[in-house]
Amino acid sequence: MAGNEKIKDASNYLRGTLLEGLADTSTGALCDDDTQLTKFHGIYQQDNRDVRAERRKKKLEPAYSFMIRVRVPGGVSTPEQWLEMDRLAHTYANGTLKLTTRQAFQFHGVIKSNLKKTVYEINQSLFDTLAACGDVNRNVMCNPNPDESEVHAEVQELASRISNHLSPRTGAYHEIWIDDGSGEKQKVTYDPPILDHFDTAEEPIYGKHYLPRKFKTVVAVPPSNDVDIFAHCLGYIAIVEQKKVVGYNVTVGGGMGMTHGSEDTFPRLADVMGFCTPDQAVAVAEAVVIAQKIFGNREDRKNARLKYTVERMGIDSFRNEVERLLGYKLGKPRPFKFEHNGDRFGWTKDHKGNFHYTMFIANGRVLDTDEYQMMTGLREIAKVHRGDFRLTANQNLQIGNVSKAAKPKIEKLLKDYKILDANGASGLRLNSMACVALPTCGLSLAESERYLPDLISELDEVLEQAGLRHDAITVRMTGCPNGCARPYIAEIGFVGRGPGTYNLYLGAGFCGDRLNKLYRQSVKSTDIKAVIGPIIRDYAHNRKSGERFGDFVIRQGYVNATNVGHDFHKDLKPEALGA
Amino acid sequence: MQIPENAPFTLEQRTKLNSILAALNPAQQTWVSGFFSGIVSSAAASTAQTATAPELTILFGTESGNSEELADRTKKLAAKYGYKSKVVNMSETDTKKLSASKNLLVIVSTWGDGDPPDTATGFYKELMGDGAAKFSNTSFSVLALGDSSYEKFCEIGKKIDRRLEELGGKRVFDRVDCDVNYEANWETWSAGALKAFPVGTSSAPQTTVVATAAAASEGFGKKNPFPAILEEKILLNGTGSAKETLHLELNLEGSGLQYEVGDALAIVPTNRDQDVEWVLLATGLDANTKLGDKTLAEAIKHDFDITSLTSRIAGKYNEIAKDTKLTALLDPENKKQFAEWSYGRQFIDLLEDFPCKTLTADSLTGLLRGMAPRLYSIASSPKAHENEVHLTIAAVRYQTHGKSRVGVASTYTADLVEKGDKIPVYVHSNKNFRLPVDPSTPIIMIGPGTGIAPFRAFVEERQAIGATGKNWLFFGDQHYSYDFLYQLEWQNFLKEGVLNRLDVAFSRDQPEKIYVQHKLLQASAEVYKWIADGACVYVCGDANRMAHDVNSALIEIIAKQGAKSAEEAEACLAEMKKAKRYQRDVY
Ligand code: SRM
Ligand SMILES: Cc1cc2nc3c(=O)[nH]c(=O)nc-3n(C[C@H](O)[C@H](O)[C@H](O)COP(=O)(O)OP(=O)(O)OC[C@H]3O[C@@H](n4cnc5c(N)ncnc54)[C@H](O)[C@@H]3O)c2cc1C
Ligand SMILES: Cc1cc2nc3c(=O)[nH]c(=O)nc-3n(C[C@H](O)[C@H](O)[C@H](O)COP(=O)(O)O)c2cc1C
Ligand code: SF4
Repeated sequence: MAGNEKIKDASNYLRGTLLEGLADTSTGALCDDDTQLTKFHGIYQQDNRDVRAERRKKKLEPAYSFMIRVRVPGGVSTPEQWLEMDRLAHTYANGTLKLTTRQAFQFHGVIKSNLKKTVYEINQSLFDTLAACGDVNRNVMCNPNPDESEVHAEVQELASRISNHLSPRTGAYHEIWIDDGSGEKQKVTYDPPILDHFDTAEEPIYGKHYLPRKFKTVVAVPPSNDVDIFAHCLGYIAIVEQKKVVGYNVTVGGGMGMTHGSEDTFPRLADVMGFCTPDQAVAVAEAVVIAQKIFGNREDRKNARLKYTVERMGIDSFRNEVERLLGYKLGKPRPFKFEHNGDRFGWTKDHKGNFHYTMFIANGRVLDTDEYQMMTGLREIAKVHRGDFRLTANQNLQIGNVSKAAKPKIEKLLKDYKILDANGASGLRLNSMACVALPTCGLSLAESERYLPDLISELDEVLEQAGLRHDAITVRMTGCPNGCARPYIAEIGFVGRGPGTYNLYLGAGFCGDRLNKLYRQSVKSTDIKAVIGPIIRDYAHNRKSGERFGDFVIRQGYVNATNVGHDFHKDLKPEALGA
Repeated sequence: MQIPENAPFTLEQRTKLNSILAALNPAQQTWVSGFFSGIVSSAAASTAQTATAPELTILFGTESGNSEELADRTKKLAAKYGYKSKVVNMSETDTKKLSASKNLLVIVSTWGDGDPPDTATGFYKELMGDGAAKFSNTSFSVLALGDSSYEKFCEIGKKIDRRLEELGGKRVFDRVDCDVNYEANWETWSAGALKAFPVGTSSAPQTTVVATAAAASEGFGKKNPFPAILEEKILLNGTGSAKETLHLELNLEGSGLQYEVGDALAIVPTNRDQDVEWVLLATGLDANTKLGDKTLAEAIKHDFDITSLTSRIAGKYNEIAKDTKLTALLDPENKKQFAEWSYGRQFIDLLEDFPCKTLTADSLTGLLRGMAPRLYSIASSPKAHENEVHLTIAAVRYQTHGKSRVGVASTYTADLVEKGDKIPVYVHSNKNFRLPVDPSTPIIMIGPGTGIAPFRAFVEERQAIGATGKNWLFFGDQHYSYDFLYQLEWQNFLKEGVLNRLDVAFSRDQPEKIYVQHKLLQASAEVYKWIADGACVYVCGDANRMAHDVNSALIEIIAKQGAKSAEEAEACLAEMKKAKRYQRDVY
């Protein structure tokens, strides 16, 4: 049994010794087992890696603090909630807000003594952090999708229902964070399980051991695949007929994470398993979760994600298990077509006559600098905005549902705070993402969020010369192979291998339907421009009209196409591993 | 060496003696000194036998131990004059008892902003109050300890001196006010006063000057600081902190210096070159002017206080400068204006704002007081670190009147000395900050900021001697992540069970300010229980606000938990002070 399984088993439904740990003021940390449990509560213990070296000499423990991830189903937040997040970021966190690749808010740098207050106040704002991480179903994504906003309400509602239905039911969360000492505990009510598979009273769906590994769900409305539906465990592709959602194609078995040097770990795109009607959708989610609970690997965490379960069982027998749990068969998948997995920037207008403004936020980091008062600007907008804020799956932000009347006012603020200018960046930058990595991420091997912007500035020079400044090319960077910025479905993917060195991957599909392939291993950051420059120039001269960069590099033989996940490490060009 | 003018000789005798003394080499001096003191002690002995040995009371009021040390030395000296004297602490007497004594010497320091030492407060109030007994049969003389960098210099000594006269006492020798280097003034005063009493034994010796001078040449100490090698220097605050707190480890090997936990170490700093240059620039004096065997520049760098600024030094300066604006500012009428002007200003501002070109090297150094040593609570136990002494020093840096300014000693250690360099130090013992004699007594330590220093020493000591008493520490600073001084050590002490409880208050981690006194109040019930179980309470650190706030918190706790009135609680705390169960080391 994997280590974490024992911890879950002993935790009494995620309680562990958290209350004791929070009370101990001699250390800013929690005990190791509890740090595994806090994840289920949306909290990661971290330490500032920039200062690790100096601390012991100064007779100080590592600079521990906590990252708190807020669950935002579908990424939709009211202006009031935005203002709260902004306030909390300044009151308890490091003064910035991180908009994640899964449409959530993250706070960094919250110290232990402020943890309970922060989580409590997040809940007061009607968000929560429960199951934002951990071996359970996490924040359910849904594309903001302005141009199809008639069905947006409907898919958004599905996202919330699934999120609520698959939330852990343990009382631990409220006991530890919400109970304000007033004695009587706040009650949370969940709709009952649908299938007659009953586990335990406290956790009817998950049971005592929860899932073998994290579990991720998305809903997407074609043609926009900005949520990268194939990168997730469970996905719903809305099938729209006469502006109504008639049902969903259900996808299973996607995921990015892998480990350098172990080929039995690999990114995998999800399979389309079948079709379900809107009223079956939640039951299907429950069934897939239960199937993974039963068949997922609990011996080896590196092999425990649903993608490996599906890979091992094969999609057909996995579908059978799901249908057995459901008690009925799924329909045949319906045709669908995705066109891109990026965001559409600037203003769009929907059929109701409302406007939506999508703004580029470098790596999703909302903050103020001397040159660019973005955070203040957004705060000012939130004070007057009547619509909503929508976090995109590409770490960007959409100011949604601006009425015609309100548009000039918002437009002025966007202008005054130079937010409009942000969208003037190159096509490469607008389609870029980087994960957090250093200094907070404990797993990073190299810089990412702090480095990608500079790298893009370098590459922009090449694009300028090649006349490709406005061409959309997806570029994504992560500090380690876990793939938090979904680098394996980027036309250009950088994955950290060590300080200042990255693996370079090329050739993913522009709409997120094909994985990329290793082009060069361990490229020094100083060499990146020299390695990619020629390919970009070649693309400028020799691409077919409308040909995407990811398709071009395959046609030109820079890399072979990756058609299925388990081939990700296969048929590399000899020079890929560094000749 | 010269016979002081106030010595009891005719001019003729003095010139003769001087010419002889001048001719003596050190060896001869020591011999003569030994010889005379021999004569004296036998004289003293003989007088002692005769029942008529005059009685003398030496009363002291102290906070950090100086007055007490001088009281003890005065007693020794008095014996040589044939007195039968007893040393009395202000904390343990009242005017009624005291007024019985015929001959009274008072040695008292001034604290806070012109306040009496903590332990003397009770006595002082009574003496000043209407209920005070008459001193009609008492002859007295006062030695006032102080620091001339404070506006209210020797205030308490002055007040007591005046009050005793009001109450009918007869001043037999004029009060002497001492600055931080009080040695010479004590010698003049003690010698003068001891023979000024009506019973003054005529054969009183004048050799003490020589004797003590000779004593100085042996061993390191206040008169002869030990150049200790700096073995370790660590900035304790983590990156991101607004604070600058240093941990110093000094090597005492071969110094013969001994210390106990609770003592302080005195550092004799040097001024920074920039300050020296500023002074020379402003006065237009030549750096190379000879002053004895040093140049002016060297002299003011090492030997003089060229930073502190008070109306006293401004007054002396104006005697030369005769600046009309300054004269106005110094008018007693304008105390407030002067205080406002001088706040955050230093000696250099005086020179710049009221320039005076007639200043000479001598008149300048004549104005200045000697370099003042700074005290630092010792942060180590000699039992845990043989031959070492550790300090915890906060660098003083601030911006006032368009200049960035620094504290002399703290930044001398922060900026001017590095590992391997030597720092002149001596031990300043502090009898009023001691662990309980009984190792099984529980203790509560309250030490935010650098106030943590002596408690690191306390806990090390208690571990070393295997003390069984429980230890509870309250610490506070600005930020948990950067300013948790010695965090890893406290964690170990907790693991090893030496430290039983640790409560921390970090003021700037959350919107509302949280300080140690709040943590104390939160733990009221337990704190009271500890006190009820006989715990000693120790407070160290900032005197301006923390010490007061903690004191009120303790009163509140005793009142609430012990169902007492505020007055009763205060009395209770005063009792604890007397019993040395409530000790403070605040600055
Ligand atoms: C914040 C975020 C990246 C960002 O810049 O936006 C992120 C940040 C972290 N991820 Fe992630 N992941 C984030 C999206 C992803 C994605 C993308 C996605 O889901 O669309 C993936 C790839 C898809 C997948 O799950 O395979 C992803 C795959 C991982 C993995 C590898 C999982 C695996 O199966 O191998 C880990 C490590 C682990 O789970 O053991 C991980 C772990 C982490 C941790 C918590 C590191 C840790 O476990 O200590 C990172 C916290 C860094 C920090 O300081 O904030 N994160 N992580 C994203 C938060 C999403 C959210 O709101 O929930
Ligand atoms: C018994 C005792 C124990 C002590 N223990 C310690 C200890 O353990 N650790 C420690 O760090 N210190 C300790 N101190 C204090 C220490 O002795 C010095 O007073 C302190 O280091 C400052 O000395 P300095 O020479 O650096 O500053 P100085 O040159 O003496 O300058 C200090 C003066 O600068 C002025 N000043 C300072 N800040 C400002 C400001 N913000 N605005 C305007 N004016 C300002 C004030 O007039 C102040 O009096 C202790 C003091 C005593 C009496
Ligand atoms: C916090 C503090 C405040 C002081 N306040 C004064 C003061 O107002 N006036 C003064 O003349 N001396 C003041 N002094 C200097 C002391 O009186 C001086 O150090 C004296 O030698 C202490 O003697 P003691 O050890 O017997 O208490 C102060 C010293 C400290 C540390
Ligand atoms: S990809 Fe790796 S480095 Fe980047 S955030 Fe995820 S775990 Fe950290």
